[in-house]
Amino acid sequence: MMPRSQKTALWATAAFFLLAPLVVYPVFLMKAMCFALFACAFNLLIGFGGLLSFGHAMFLGTAGYASAHAAKAWGFAPEFAILFGTVCAALLGLVTGLIAIRRQGIYFAMTTLALAQMIYFYYLQAPFTGGEDGIQAVPRGTLIGFIDLSGIWAMYGTVFVIFMAGFLLIYRAIHSPFGQVLKAIRENEPRALSLGYDVNRYKLLAYLLSATLAGLAGATKALVFQLASLTDVHWSMSGEVVLMTLLGGLGTVFGPVVGAFIIITMENYLAQLGAWVTIAQGAIFVVCVLTFRRGAVGELGHWLKKPL
Amino acid sequence: MTEIFGVPTQALFGQLLIGLINGSFYALLSLGLAVIFGLLNIINFTHGAQYMMGAFLAYILASKTGLGYWWSLAVVPVAMGAFGVAIERSMLKQLYKLDHLYGLLLTFGLALVIQGLFRNEYGTSGLPYSMPAELAGGHNLGFMFLPNYRAWVIVASLVICLGTWFVIEKTKLGSYLRAATENPALVQAFGINVPRMITLTYGFGVALAALAGVMAAPIYQVSPQMGADLIIVVFAVVVIGGMGSIMGSILTGFGLGIIEGLTKVFYPEASNTVIFVIMAVVLMIRPAGLFGAQK
Amino acid sequence: MKLKRTLIAATIAATFAMAGAASAQVSDGVVKLGVLSDMSSLYADIGGPGSVVAAKMAVEDYLKASKSSLKVEIVSADHQNKPDVGSQIANQWYDVDKVDAIVDVPTSSVALAVAEITKKKGKAFLISGAASSDLTGKACSPNSVHWTYDTWMLANGTGSAIVKTGGDTWFFLTADYAFGLALERDTEAVVTKLGGKVLGKVRHPLNAQDFSSFLLQAQASKAKIIGLANAGGDTINSIKQASEFGIVKGGQSLAGMLVFLSDIHGLGLEKAQGLIFTETFYWDLNDQTRAWTKRFVVNSKGKYPTMVQAGVYSAVLHYLKAVDTAKTDDGTRVVAQMKAIPTDDILFGKGSIRKDGRALHPAYLVEVKKPSESKGPYDYYKIRATIPADQAFRPEKDGGCNL
Repeated sequence: MMPRSQKTALWATAAFFLLAPLVVYPVFLMKAMCFALFACAFNLLIGFGGLLSFGHAMFLGTAGYASAHAAKAWGFAPEFAILFGTVCAALLGLVTGLIAIRRQGIYFAMTTLALAQMIYFYYLQAPFTGGEDGIQAVPRGTLIGFIDLSGIWAMYGTVFVIFMAGFLLIYRAIHSPFGQVLKAIRENEPRALSLGYDVNRYKLLAYLLSATLAGLAGATKALVFQLASLTDVHWSMSGEVVLMTLLGGLGTVFGPVVGAFIIITMENYLAQLGAWVTIAQGAIFVVCVLTFRRGAVGELGHWLKKPL
Repeated sequence: MTEIFGVPTQALFGQLLIGLINGSFYALLSLGLAVIFGLLNIINFTHGAQYMMGAFLAYILASKTGLGYWWSLAVVPVAMGAFGVAIERSMLKQLYKLDHLYGLLLTFGLALVIQGLFRNEYGTSGLPYSMPAELAGGHNLGFMFLPNYRAWVIVASLVICLGTWFVIEKTKLGSYLRAATENPALVQAFGINVPRMITLTYGFGVALAALAGVMAAPIYQVSPQMGADLIIVVFAVVVIGGMGSIMGSILTGFGLGIIEGLTKVFYPEASNTVIFVIMAVVLMIRPAGLFGAQK
Repeated sequence: MKLKRTLIAATIAATFAMAGAASAQVSDGVVKLGVLSDMSSLYADIGGPGSVVAAKMAVEDYLKASKSSLKVEIVSADHQNKPDVGSQIANQWYDVDKVDAIVDVPTSSVALAVAEITKKKGKAFLISGAASSDLTGKACSPNSVHWTYDTWMLANGTGSAIVKTGGDTWFFLTADYAFGLALERDTEAVVTKLGGKVLGKVRHPLNAQDFSSFLLQAQASKAKIIGLANAGGDTINSIKQASEFGIVKGGQSLAGMLVFLSDIHGLGLEKAQGLIFTETFYWDLNDQTRAWTKRFVVNSKGKYPTMVQAGVYSAVLHYLKAVDTAKTDDGTRVVAQMKAIPTDDILFGKGSIRKDGRALHPAYLVEVKKPSESKGPYDYYKIRATIPADQAFRPEKDGGCNL
């Protein structure tokens, strides 16, 4: 059922992330994978569900704090810490989804923004998050009892597996009947409704899935960097994931991966130039919206006339 | 001295007045946003950056040309209005046929660019802007000392807000604007230059933002991030008030200022959050806002 | 928004393994210093590019004066006040770019993260910008040296000096986050110990724009001193609006707990006059500092040095001396050597570094001049009192450091 173009792209992605650490700093690649997963989760909601969430950082950050706290204060093993973080994000997704789903378009975006801001201010003050300091020195622990994650290769392998698993899950969701209904709702909601589909339930499910996988990315990231901080819940992080997805291509399968990778690399290059990172990001937003709406992968797919 | 919930009434009145002053600021700020969204259906995320540019322009006018506060009040909004017109003509125009969310993304990107450029040029410590001499000092009202400038803010804000509301809701020009947004083709058929009205409306909204910036310069820190911190709150005000309703934003601005002021007295740590809590609640019960009509 | 340094260097280097074992010589022949600071936001004027200038001057001056054969390189990066960005840069610098020591790091949350990483990798960390006294307390490390200032010194310097001159009733305006609360706690302890009273406190959210409500409460308390336990934009806004509400004219004084020369410059003397706070360096202290400042200004686009930037100069100078003496750039050994040699430079005078990593040097209680008293650019302070080095900082036994 998988189009050949996408199969190729999938193998290419896996091969890239398997071989690249031999020449590229692995910590950088792990960061790229975490953000790629985050962007893919976000894309599920906007590209396929048609819902722009402006508060996705709350899932990334909540999972990060939860998993960091579990690993550090409660001594959870890494697999349980990540699981715990993901579950927390899923619960948050359920609660916020029930509130936000009833609205559409701009109102939905604003609601998610408001909710994310509340979460942010809560974390700013809650003692367990360490406020501005964040939760530091998070232990990576030993995976399933015998794989010591403080070694770089063990950690990398774990992140790779998580990334591919999350990505494949999203892929399956998109190409399943569930995904088809989502697409139908995005194209023409009244018609989907008239066909008898419980539109709100589908939207909520998509939202929940998106939140959970964003949480998975955040929980993993906390262990990779052994740190959970306010940056991950700030609204600029929500803006950044929109940027990554837009740049890569809204509604494409591989777009978010490419977009995330480009943005993170760009930040690397422009790091010394301080404010230019913000300027470049803003410029990319503007250019993408005006002339490059399909995004990098979208344009590529359009040119090849194959879905990507 | 009588006390309400542990706070002496005198102090409470003082805080209420402060809340009112802040509310008038919120109202003035959200006015531009409300006009642009209400009439053009564009979420102008650049609003914060345009507010900041207004303050900076006032500073530049003062330091480079010696033009003071009163001149800035007149000159800056006009200059920024022109800037707004330029943005609309060159970029926003192309997005009208698309989903509204693209407008949001474009203005968000623009905000990042403008803020980054200013931060690059001016650093982040902020620039000094002196209080106009005529408004310095204040009066002791008995329960608090009211700086003259703050009193001026209330007055100016009320005048501008009510004036704008009047123009849009009660005049012929306003009715053309409102009709043009509802049904541009029909209104254009009547011979009214709809694109020009839209452009001017956006410019007007931007001018309002810049005017708020000039008014902020003497009392708040003039720095490149002054808009970013404020924009989210202003959005909340507009959303609560009802995104299409001018009067809604004005009333909500004042109301929220008072509520925030009270929170600062009784539970100051939450004064940042209270607006968002209210926003979430309102969106749940009345998604179109308190005074809005769902489009 | 995360940052890291050159990806190309990483690709070429391809060595992501941990740094090699300590050797009795400078590894790969070069001493590499990384100035990690906030280059573009809140603290850019306090540390930022100015810290890089100061570091370069220190290298220049050291090599010239000692005629040493050391090869020294300086790199820099922007941590944007985020612990995740800072720790990524630190990791990459140590793992890939062969940086031997990291310098500056304003923002305590980043400094704590970098201190941890530096300890793990056995490098050196020369702290100038960060404030937390935990860095020489419960988070102390054999690889960190803390220069310039910390929250205890600020609280004690400013607090005790003010109480001794009659300011015995206080009201706190505190930024509601870890740093603000720590500052409030330390200052309150000093004030009450010396017999003063804290009449009230109000916690404001970080980055609050409008302080009128809080200032009103401060006014109503009728405390003689309003302590501003906040920093950066919050302090500037508090001071600006305090002047609007006539607080100083009404007889109360403002005590800034953390104020820098660049903040005063941004405020202007009209609004900042009369403000009292503690610093450990002022460009106009003596002829030597003035001469140094003249050189500094040439490279800093006309901005005068803050105490953080001066601290960077001093720390780098001492570090290089220690490297030459110990003949190694292994972080743990160099820091041990830094503690063994007394410090001496034109900016901070004679001092020393304690076992817990705290650098000791005198502190100054300053008061901001009135506009009429200022005779030239950046002529902002009058020195009210000097606190000798052994009294300015927290006693070693009280810190909780187990080194």
